[in-house]
Amino acid sequence: MSGAAWGRPRPKAPVAAKAMTAFAFLLIYVPLAALVVYSFLGPSNGPGTPDAGTLVWYEKVFSNTQILGSLYASLWVGLWSTVGATVIGTAAALALERTRFPGRGVLEGIVHVPLIMPEIVLGLSMLMWFVLLRITLGYFSIILAHITFSVSYVIITVKARLHGFDDSLEEAARDLGASPWQVFWRVTFPLIWPGVLSGALMAFTLSFDDFLITFFTAGVGSDTLPLKIYSMIKFGVSREINALSTLMLVFTFALVMFFFRPSKGVKTVT
Amino acid sequence: MLEIKSVSKSFGKADVLRDISLTIKEGEFFSLLGPSGCGKTTLLRLLGGFDRPGTGEIHHNGVRIDTLPANQRRFNMVFQRYALFPHLSVRDNVAFGLRMKKVASREIASRVDEMLSLVQMAALASRSVTTLSGGQQQRVALARALVNRPEVLLLDEPLSALDLKLRQQMQVELLALQRRLKHTFIFVTHDQEEALTLSDRIAVMNDGVIDQVGTPQEIYEYPRTPFVARFIGSVNAIDGEIKDCRPDVIIVGGPTKRMMTVRPSRDGFRPLPVIPQGTPIRILVRPEKFKILKSAPGPEQNALDGTIREILYQGPVTQFFVQLRDQILIIAQPNTAVTARKGFSGGDKVFVAWAPEDCLLMGRDGPLPVLESPPVDPALSDAQLQLPLGIMEDVRMAGGVAQGG
Ligand SMILES: Nc1ncnc2c1ncn2[C@@H]1O[C@H](COP(=O)(O)OP(=O)(O)OP(=O)(O)O)[C@@H](O)[C@H]1O
Ligand SMILES: [Mg+2]
Repeated sequence: MSGAAWGRPRPKAPVAAKAMTAFAFLLIYVPLAALVVYSFLGPSNGPGTPDAGTLVWYEKVFSNTQILGSLYASLWVGLWSTVGATVIGTAAALALERTRFPGRGVLEGIVHVPLIMPEIVLGLSMLMWFVLLRITLGYFSIILAHITFSVSYVIITVKARLHGFDDSLEEAARDLGASPWQVFWRVTFPLIWPGVLSGALMAFTLSFDDFLITFFTAGVGSDTLPLKIYSMIKFGVSREINALSTLMLVFTFALVMFFFRPSKGVKTVT
Repeated sequence: MLEIKSVSKSFGKADVLRDISLTIKEGEFFSLLGPSGCGKTTLLRLLGGFDRPGTGEIHHNGVRIDTLPANQRRFNMVFQRYALFPHLSVRDNVAFGLRMKKVASREIASRVDEMLSLVQMAALASRSVTTLSGGQQQRVALARALVNRPEVLLLDEPLSALDLKLRQQMQVELLALQRRLKHTFIFVTHDQEEALTLSDRIAVMNDGVIDQVGTPQEIYEYPRTPFVARFIGSVNAIDGEIKDCRPDVIIVGGPTKRMMTVRPSRDGFRPLPVIPQGTPIRILVRPEKFKILKSAPGPEQNALDGTIREILYQGPVTQFFVQLRDQILIIAQPNTAVTARKGFSGGDKVFVAWAPEDCLLMGRDGPLPVLESPPVDPALSDAQLQLPLGIMEDVRMAGGVAQGG
């Protein structure tokens, strides 16, 4: 029966489906476009006014030491939480995919929990945990919190890469005289590297723009960029924020374009 | 010399290898032949050091090796699906083993180049292995193993993924390479023709045990069990019962009134065993040992009469299917000057004749039952320890004859 369906031309998508898709894209990209456009408009507002096309907001962003400080903090937190999540996540993925131990199934399920858990619950529970352990709230606690939620993403991407990994490659390396350490660095790691990289990128972007969990675990005096933006809009929306958001947009977009160029750069080999 | 001593291996409840003993000589091209799932890969993995035997030991040149991990044995393996490193170029794949051993880079370069030209892959040295054809990957896998100058090269069905033409070409190349380098090759295959063509000796495996070890000719001409006979080439089975057993001839009552006679093989390699009267036995005859005749042959030949059911022209031979009363015989006649058909056609009444020397005697469902334990000749018992399994059985049979005569 299914044999008959094979080779049949694909049915054309109905017009309604196309329209719906277009609408969804509009919904996402119109506000973004507006944000970008407004970042280039001068104080007198509106396209066509004499000061349209100005870079004044960008100049303001780059001369605002508070913003630059929080950007620096965000990068710092992002870097260390990415390193932590990537190392722990890769090791965990190897353990989950390669070894059989009691409770492995349960653990594999738990990995997915942070993806669906409401962030507010996560943030609150982490705050209580840090207080209980008497860990001073600050950049250290933020980094720990970020590692906790982003490690799941690394585990998932690395596991996907390990799944279907040809074990005989590692045996071949051992056969050729490689020690277990050499097998990992010469064969296993280069082959799961794309998974590790996309996990790390995911971890970084999640950390870089996280607001809620950071909000709960930051304490006083430590401002990441999202926290800074939030505190700025409490005093009214400034065009500086448009400029800053545009910069963040460009940055993430560049990151994605660089690492996920379709079918180039990172080659898929299994 | 590689000695496998009473090695067994089970995975859970499944006994995959049962009491395997083998001795493989230095520089030998030795094949492990058997159907899928009989344990060939498992045995090879024990030799390579990827698994440990459950019981038994493996010794190489007098040193016990079954406890050594793979990276501490000077054995190399060519994997069933090559297992080339996809992230490395052809050259880096081949250089991998030498780099692990910290060989000087100058020497690595020259040895890799030498090996690549030996397998005719020098021109593609900087290509990524993922862009190579099956045959090319095969050569790289060979080069990657051989460049380490292994004491023993283990090959797990290295040619099975190739198409027929390329496979035959690679067989020739493999053999030439082995003759030239004089390494010990242990070659796993389930292709009997490949094993016959390449090997100095073959071990035929069946469900975790070794049925017979011998040269290709011994295995083909003197299979020890019905399984070996059937697995290496095809064979016809004719059931009968021992009527008389003398040192130079055995008389067997068969499916027709005409008695069948069994004589020792022409080269004397396999003398007649001693079997009591009335024992049910099975005579195996290769299709090409039969002759198809229009009239009954003389009494010096065995013969059965039947009707031609089918004639199949197959290039070098013509196959006849002859219906006896309750079985069908397959007869292969070479297509020499004229075709073997020679005026035969379907429905003809014919005689199938064969020489008493071309009979393989077996039990009804296993090797010939050895009913009397043969006398132990002190001269032989020493030799038995050295001899591989298949030959030992033949020696035992020879002993049996000596006693009977
Ligand atoms: N790691 C393992 N765990 C459980 N069973 C195994 C394992 N490895 C092999 N077996 C079983 O052992 C038996 C022999 O397997 P093996 O791979 O040695 O066969 P083979 O002779 O190489 O067959 P093929 O010609 O198909 O490669 C099979 O029944 C297989 O299912
Ligand atoms: Mg196998």
